[in-house]
Amino acid sequence: MGKVIRFLPLIVFIALGAVLYRGLFLKPQDLPSALVGKPVPAFSLPSLKNADALLTPANLTGDIVLLNVWATWCPSCRYEHPYLLDLAKSGQVSLYGLNYKDERQAALKWLDDLGNPYLLNVFDEAGRLGLDLGVYAAPETFVIDHHGIIRKRFAGPIDAKVWQQEFAPLVKTIRQEQARGE
Amino acid sequence: MLARIFYLAALLFLSSFSVMAMPSQTQAFDDPVMEKRYQSLIKELRCPKCQNQNLADSNSQIAVDLRNEVYDMLQQGKADMEITSYMVDRYGEFVLYRPKVNELTYILWFGPAVILFVGVVIVVIAARRKAANKKELDLSAEQQQQLDEILKEKD
Repeated sequence: MGKVIRFLPLIVFIALGAVLYRGLFLKPQDLPSALVGKPVPAFSLPSLKNADALLTPANLTGDIVLLNVWATWCPSCRYEHPYLLDLAKSGQVSLYGLNYKDERQAALKWLDDLGNPYLLNVFDEAGRLGLDLGVYAAPETFVIDHHGIIRKRFAGPIDAKVWQQEFAPLVKTIRQEQARGE
Repeated sequence: MLARIFYLAALLFLSSFSVMAMPSQTQAFDDPVMEKRYQSLIKELRCPKCQNQNLADSNSQIAVDLRNEVYDMLQQGKADMEITSYMVDRYGEFVLYRPKVNELTYILWFGPAVILFVGVVIVVIAARRKAANKKELDLSAEQQQQLDEILKEKD
C-alpha cells in the first residue's frame, strides 16, 4: 500500500500530462452542428443573379448537394474558390452557394472575375437563412443528401486535402446508400 | 534624462489611442423587466464565433446579429425558454453557458462534487490513520509506571 502511494503523484502527473497533451490537438472551433440529421430549414430568398426569382429548398436539387456559405468580405472564401471551381467541374456533387450578408453587386463581380462554380446562389443579405443554419462565419459548407437531410457541416475553407479527409468518405457513404435504394 | 522624458511622452501618446472597445448598446426598451431579461439572456448565451465570450461581451458580427435576434424575439413576446431553445436548435448546446444536465454534461455538473467528496474521504482516512498511530504510541499503565520510576531515580 505504502509503495503504491509513493508512486501516486507520478501516476497522477502522467495522467494529467496525457490529458493536457491531447488537449493541445483538439479543435474547440469544430462545433458539432445542431442541424446534422435535420432537413434544410425552410427559406424563401431571392437568387443572387435575379432579385425577382425566389428560391426555396426545393431549388437545391441534386443527388448530393453541397451548400457553400460565402461572401466577398471573407478572405478564406477567396482561398477556397479555385478548389470549388475544380469540384464543380468534377461533377461529384451539385454545388450551390449561399451568399451570406453580402452586397449583390460585389458578389456578382466576384463571380464574374473569379469564375462561378455554383449552380445557383441564394442571396441572404440579412443572414436569416444563415442564422437558421447556425452559420457563425464564412466559409461554411453543408452536405445535403438525396432526402434533403443535412449530413455534415464544415466550418472553414475547403481544399484538396480537406476534401479528401472531411468530405470524400461521406460522399462515398451517401452514394452507397443511394445504390442500395435507401 | 531627455531620452526618458521622450520615452514617457511617446508612451502617453500611444496609450491615448487605446479606447476601451465595448459592444455598442443600441437596443431601447420601454419595459425595464424586459431589459433585465435581455441583459441576463445575452449574458447566458455564448458567442459561437469568439468562444470564450458571451453575446453581451462580444463585438463579432454574429454576436451582434444574435443580440438583435434576442431583442426581436423578446419584443415578439417570446419566453426566455423559447429563445434559448431557438438558439440551441441552431447552434447546439454549446451556446448555453449553463448547459443542460444530460449524460454529456454529468462530468461538468457533478465532477467537482465528486472530486471534493474523494478529497474529503482521503483526508478523513489520513486523519484516522494518524490517530491510530498515535494510540499505538501511548504508554500502557505498566510502561507509564516504569517511566515514572526512571524519572524519579534521576531526581
